[in-house]
Amino acid sequence: MIVAGCDIGSRTAKAVIMEDNTILGSSVMRDKPDPEETAYEVIASALGQAGKTMADIQCCVGTGYGRKQVPFAQALESEIVCHGRGAQWLEPSIRMVIDIGGQDAKAIKLDDKGRVVRYAYNDKCAAGTGRFLEVMAKPLGVRLEDLGKVSQKSSAPVKISNQCVIFAETEIVSLINAGKPVPDIVCGLHRAMAHRVAALAKGIVVEGEVGMTGGVAKNEGMFDALQDALGVKIRMIGWDPQMVGAIGAALIAQEMAA
Amino acid sequence: MIVAGCDVGSLTAKAVVLNQTKIMGFAVIDARSNPARSAEEVMQMAITVAKVGRHDIKCCVGTGYGREKIEFAHACFSELVCHAKGAHWIMPTIRTIVDIGGQDCKAMRIDNQGRIEKFITNDKCASGTGRFLEVMADIMGISLDDLGRLSLKAHKPACLASACTVWAQAEVIRLVGERTPPPDICAGINEAMAARVATMLGSIGIESDLCMTGGVAKNMGVVKGLETLTGMRVRRLSIDPQIVGALGAALLAKEEVVQ
Repeated sequence: MIVAGCDIGSRTAKAVIMEDNTILGSSVMRDKPDPEETAYEVIASALGQAGKTMADIQCCVGTGYGRKQVPFAQALESEIVCHGRGAQWLEPSIRMVIDIGGQDAKAIKLDDKGRVVRYAYNDKCAAGTGRFLEVMAKPLGVRLEDLGKVSQKSSAPVKISNQCVIFAETEIVSLINAGKPVPDIVCGLHRAMAHRVAALAKGIVVEGEVGMTGGVAKNEGMFDALQDALGVKIRMIGWDPQMVGAIGAALIAQEMAA
Repeated sequence: MIVAGCDVGSLTAKAVVLNQTKIMGFAVIDARSNPARSAEEVMQMAITVAKVGRHDIKCCVGTGYGREKIEFAHACFSELVCHAKGAHWIMPTIRTIVDIGGQDCKAMRIDNQGRIEKFITNDKCASGTGRFLEVMADIMGISLDDLGRLSLKAHKPACLASACTVWAQAEVIRLVGERTPPPDICAGINEAMAARVATMLGSIGIESDLCMTGGVAKNMGVVKGLETLTGMRVRRLSIDPQIVGALGAALLAKEEVVQ
């Protein structure tokens, strides 16, 4: 039985095609202005990789910020549920998921079945979300996907005193003008952001194995900074962390179709 | 006896020259490359306007973000104390003051002597500070003055759902893209600003009379929005609201001399 999960986020769209607990194909792309077009395009690309067609899909679950715009979804589920389900399926020992998206951050506590026990969420303030790094990457002249690599060259990380994206941006510009090395600034930014996300997670008490999902989890500098800020080891997820929400959606689709 | 006050803020610098009970001259300039230079230039301008000499000034008090860098100041006081002092002197019935600066926002309650009873400040988040309006005016491609002026012509103010400057920025870009009339967008921006300030005021409690100081007080969209949200009149001061801190500093300079 073939199922699909489609996660339309604020910045990127993800789709996964699954057959009997095996991932056949997956795709991630940058959002287009029209979310429906985005959904069709990302699923087509995942189907292509899986060697299947739209007609083969028995059930598709939509998730993410733009889930209501997935025309081919039979059901919709929140990102919180999908990230929890996906992470637990990939790494059964995980009891807390920290998902940093393009415009939000979530800390989700799970039981041993991957069900959500408790969660904390920030989409009110851009600090502590992917947008923080996106804004800072610009004046630094570093591509978003290179921030992790760059930060690992830091020898003396700079302390960033502002949390607010607007104020931190000004601070970054002065640091650049003051001639501070870019890797040291980037590392400082990761620490500042990790501090913010850790506070969110600590609000619901960090216990058990922790996993990190969402596009920001691919940033090794941020991964390390979050480990330091939480004071615990974060378990690496054995799959692209950006795909976890879509995987969770496909797993839910599989249950629904059964 | 001639005294002076100098308020070096994050975006502008202000100076007031005071003779007993009369403001002889004042000046407001955009902040220069360093606070010491801002202070020097704004004071020189105020002195020129007041038609006095440097040596005529018995005492000068500094305040504001850059106060420690004012070389000619005899003493320094916090902006809170200075705004309280200045507002009380101009209008003794004032009990609540909102001072919105370029990078912060302060709300304070004062007693009938102009002493601070309670206060709250925000300099952690750009929302609710002058920077919020600056960012929005920039997207709209208009001046800060126009942001206030245009909003008074709104027919159907836009509603901004986000308090965060970054998210509100995205909302304004969308509204511009949807060809929402600029006055309606401006009104939405000013109302969002007023809402944030009203929340701060709510946490210390408002007692009449209420006034606004700092540059944002010149934006009638924000002033009117605050009046609607609080159900209270915002008293208009008889001087430029931007120089209230510098005036308070000058009044404190007078006290310094007397002591």
